[in-house]
Amino acid sequence: MHRLLIRRLLQAIPTLWLIATATFFLLRVAPGGPFDEEKPLSTEIKEQIEAHYGLDQPLYRQYFSYLGNLLQGDLGPSYKYPGWDVQEILLQAFPVSFELGCWALLVALVIGIPAGILAAALHHRHAETGIMMAATAGICLPSFVVGPLLILTFSLLLGWFNPLGWTYPADRLLPAITLGLLYAAYIARLARSGLLEVLTEDYIRTAHAKGLSQRKVLLGHALRSALDPVVAYLGPAAAGLVSGSFVVETIFFIPGMGPFFVNGALNRDYPVVMGTVLFYAVLILLFNLIADILQMWMQPRTRHDEA
Amino acid sequence: MTKHKREAHSLTAASPGRQAWSRLLQNRMARIGGFLFLGITLTCLFAPLLITSSPEAQDLAYGAQPPSAKHWLGTDSLGRDLFARILVGGRISIGVGFAATLVALLVGVTYGALAGYIGKRCEALMMRFVDAIYALPFTMVVIVLTVTFDQKSIFLIFMAIGLVEWLTMARIIRGQTRILRRRPFIEAARVNGSGHIRILLRHILPNLSGQIIVYTTLTIPAVILLESIISFLGLGVQPPTASWGTLIHEGAQKIDDAPWLLLFPALFFSLTIFSLNFLGDGLRDSLDPKETIDQP
Repeated sequence: MHRLLIRRLLQAIPTLWLIATATFFLLRVAPGGPFDEEKPLSTEIKEQIEAHYGLDQPLYRQYFSYLGNLLQGDLGPSYKYPGWDVQEILLQAFPVSFELGCWALLVALVIGIPAGILAAALHHRHAETGIMMAATAGICLPSFVVGPLLILTFSLLLGWFNPLGWTYPADRLLPAITLGLLYAAYIARLARSGLLEVLTEDYIRTAHAKGLSQRKVLLGHALRSALDPVVAYLGPAAAGLVSGSFVVETIFFIPGMGPFFVNGALNRDYPVVMGTVLFYAVLILLFNLIADILQMWMQPRTRHDEA
Repeated sequence: MTKHKREAHSLTAASPGRQAWSRLLQNRMARIGGFLFLGITLTCLFAPLLITSSPEAQDLAYGAQPPSAKHWLGTDSLGRDLFARILVGGRISIGVGFAATLVALLVGVTYGALAGYIGKRCEALMMRFVDAIYALPFTMVVIVLTVTFDQKSIFLIFMAIGLVEWLTMARIIRGQTRILRRRPFIEAARVNGSGHIRILLRHILPNLSGQIIVYTTLTIPAVILLESIISFLGLGVQPPTASWGTLIHEGAQKIDDAPWLLLFPALFFSLTIFSLNFLGDGLRDSLDPKETIDQP
């Protein structure tokens, strides 16, 4: 356990450095700068602004000062939201994205796991084919199709929910479903194949032989090891939920990180883009670590492989 | 097929390729997927011959109209024929899909095969680099790359997408190459005096072809999806050029008074992704039955 933590921590440092370096230079190679307005600023003003942000320095010096600030936890000021630091923007907008992600993950687990169990329990019947077809359809329907369709049906035709916004508790439901559906489909597939594989093992036959009901065998004995691939998938799923939330936030006008990142990219707001990328990289590394620990806790067998 | 015939079939010892092909044809969903994708691609390809009205011809007097005999799938708010726009948009989406996949294929196979073949420190270093970029969501990396390339041209968009999608390909190819490298026939080739390049091209690469075909088929829908996402966010294809992503984006903004503008592009888009995924799954089952992926 401690070895895993230390090793991951040591691996994270070069990873983050590589990401920071790559993003920094990729953004600086980009044509156009943050202060190229449609109505051009006068040269003196532009030079003054650029000097203020240190953009007149040679590139290598900008790079090292950025890294230096980064080590002190300073992500720099935003160019496009004057007076705002990137940390402040993250602090304000990220909790919204995070909440959306959590709801979506909940939707994915609540739909995906029972669907997967049901499909495995009904193996070789028509119902299984139906569930798996629905899961494949879920994988092929991207959120920017599902979201508007949900708005059309439940907000505009039935009038049950607000089409946009993030004010009331009920506003969480449609975005969470939109974002979570794809992952529900993946989780259903993983849970089904995991269960079917476990069900061939000897200890399941023993459980059947001692007279347990099918339900008890499935839920009490098989499920714990069958969910192993699902737990392993939670790390990548968290990464997907993060970037997927950008699209869902655009559809439902949710004040999360999405709009800031996309506008930052459009307007060459380097610190915002870099700060968001690095912040999410840390987050994803963390999620992967949590998923691994969870997997070890649920599946003692994998503990030995790790050492 | 009768039992007798099946036995005769197995006695003729078909080549592995032919065996895989016949397994694929037996998979109904893969067959349907294959024909559907072929149909959509050909329709988009020959769009200029099929559509009567130009996708750019505007008819402002009428505005957005529901489907009718004249405009099969209706028109958008500028009076442009939606069917024509979908077909032309499909050429962009599918075209980007193929082109970006080609980029991903070339970079990913070269990188993965080299890393797996060289081995040792160099391999570890090369794969650490892949892992680092892999730690980020693909959409984010593509957005950063579109900024770098200044998203004005389609060429640069598919380059950006291809430069992200190669990571998965590289990982898979590297894993396979590692396994192949230790096989006796590679050793035999080396004893025979074959150079490294010759071994890679003549012995390793042909043995990877199954994997390459499968992941190419599965990369195309991933690329089409990624292109649509960035176009939907306004960072991809710029007007007046339309792709399915931009059409769905326009439709999503007008769902309250012209729902067909969302429904029909979404239908074409989803059918394409659907068919490619079924084809890819079928190919995987018939070419390498053991492999499974869980990369979203």
